[in-house]
Amino acid sequence: MLKLNNVSKTFNPGTVNEKTALSGLTLDVHDGDFITIIGANGAGKSTLFNAIAGSFYTDSGSIELAGRDITFMPEHKRARMIGRLFQDPMRGSAPGMSIEENLAMAAKSGGWFSHISKSDRAMFREKLALLDMGLEDRLTQPVGLLSGGQRQALTLLMATVVPPKLLLLDEHTAALDPGTAEKVLELTKSIVAKDNITCMMITHNMQSALDLGNRTLMMDKGNIIMDVSGAERDGMTVQDFLDRFKAGSGKALDNDRMLLS
Amino acid sequence: MDIATILSLGQTALELGLICSLTVLALYLSYSMLNVCDLSTDGCFTLGAAVGAIVVISGHPYLAIPAAMAAGICSGFVTAILQTKLGVDSLLAGIIVNTGLYSINIAIMGGSSLLNMNKVDTVFSLMKDLLKGTVFAKQYKLAVALIAVIVILVLLTLFLKTRLGLAIRATGNNPDMVRSSSINTAFTTIIGLCIAGSFTALSGCLLAQSQKAVDINIGTGMVTIALASLLIGGVIMGKGGIFTRAVGVVLGSILFRLVYTIALRFDMPAFMLKLISSIIVVLAISIPYLKKQMPMIKRRMGIKTQKGGV
Repeated sequence: MLKLNNVSKTFNPGTVNEKTALSGLTLDVHDGDFITIIGANGAGKSTLFNAIAGSFYTDSGSIELAGRDITFMPEHKRARMIGRLFQDPMRGSAPGMSIEENLAMAAKSGGWFSHISKSDRAMFREKLALLDMGLEDRLTQPVGLLSGGQRQALTLLMATVVPPKLLLLDEHTAALDPGTAEKVLELTKSIVAKDNITCMMITHNMQSALDLGNRTLMMDKGNIIMDVSGAERDGMTVQDFLDRFKAGSGKALDNDRMLLS
Repeated sequence: MDIATILSLGQTALELGLICSLTVLALYLSYSMLNVCDLSTDGCFTLGAAVGAIVVISGHPYLAIPAAMAAGICSGFVTAILQTKLGVDSLLAGIIVNTGLYSINIAIMGGSSLLNMNKVDTVFSLMKDLLKGTVFAKQYKLAVALIAVIVILVLLTLFLKTRLGLAIRATGNNPDMVRSSSINTAFTTIIGLCIAGSFTALSGCLLAQSQKAVDINIGTGMVTIALASLLIGGVIMGKGGIFTRAVGVVLGSILFRLVYTIALRFDMPAFMLKLISSIIVVLAISIPYLKKQMPMIKRRMGIKTQKGGV
């Protein structure tokens, strides 16, 4: 499905701020995979997503998605196949535009001069009702009036209203309060399961990294130091993750945020 | 001053306000929607006036309008390409195009800096003939301006609700979201600035035809005047839908001209127009900013006076 072959990326090469964010990373994601990704800050998790989504071009290596080489495909073209959510709930929607206008942009349907039709509205209302947040009755309100949780739920809907080939979730519940985070995560699970979307999710929560999905990657220094799935993963605990990290990186995983959550 | 003079002054202000409101609508698109401060407005306005005048003088008053708009599209296109494809800062792109257009405009006007349309038909003189004998015989300028503004207003509102229009609005609101909807933000910026350019040029073309003359300085300071009108419009009707706000913008332009006309009657010299529009822009932008800072300023002042007391 998604193949990364020996992908490298260095920021600010040749300066004092030189930082190797990805170093010869190779990854093969299978169709229908739900992968959770963990790792310390600066391990290259978000950089990996940026490379896949095309926020920048990689220095070397190749990326292939659904049989097409997308190494040099610009970001907005990859967006046809890739949906993406960020930690910041404000990032995925336009605050000055109404809910239906945001959804119409995301729906990617119709020609350049098409207007929002009645059937579009009915479809938006139906999808919004799934969120169970009362947004289906607020179609013409500006998105800027919504709470962070509502906006992230809307962004999730926008990213999946046309089911993408690949969904990238970059700690998309980390900025929400625990109750809302739980709800958005449940929504994510049901939408991903319903449309059978291949999904990669970065999380700082070791337990949910274990509970969710079918495969877990651990990253350190721009590479993957652990890739578990199937029976091996089923028998693992959070303590096993910590031990594997120590074995893989040569140091303890001393990240308060990860240990506390 | 008798009633007739007041009415005639009011009408002149209304005509000017309506004609210039087309430039304000252009800024509504580029400044409010796309979030691009397009400083090529002055040059583009003169470009429309010059191209329109040349076509009018050669005997095609109607053709002058699409010709001027096409020239405006070209100007907007160059500004947009500079900032989206060639890495020129958006402010600088506008200034560069504006400067370049000065030479181009004089070249279009055949090397002269002044053209007269006294002896040829303009869209206004044609409307005058059309309305001759009716009760609106004296409102022929108003009629042309009103038709132009209504047509543009309706087209713009319809356009901003299409998928492309939504994409243009979102580009100024959240470009990340536009890209994740598989739309190239460079493309939406180019389209938006081309449309804005066509409105500005149309505005210039109509002003030149109504004055029966174009001189190279016709557009000087237009960007500030239009910005002042835009901000006044935002104060009158800043909240509401796309159409309401667009109407507010037109009203802002008319109000600006009315206030200016009144000021002229109180013996303000005409050359003060540009200073006044600058001051309005500064006030309209800085007052909301200062309001936001006020609590902090008050707090600091309070601490200072307390210290003085001790």
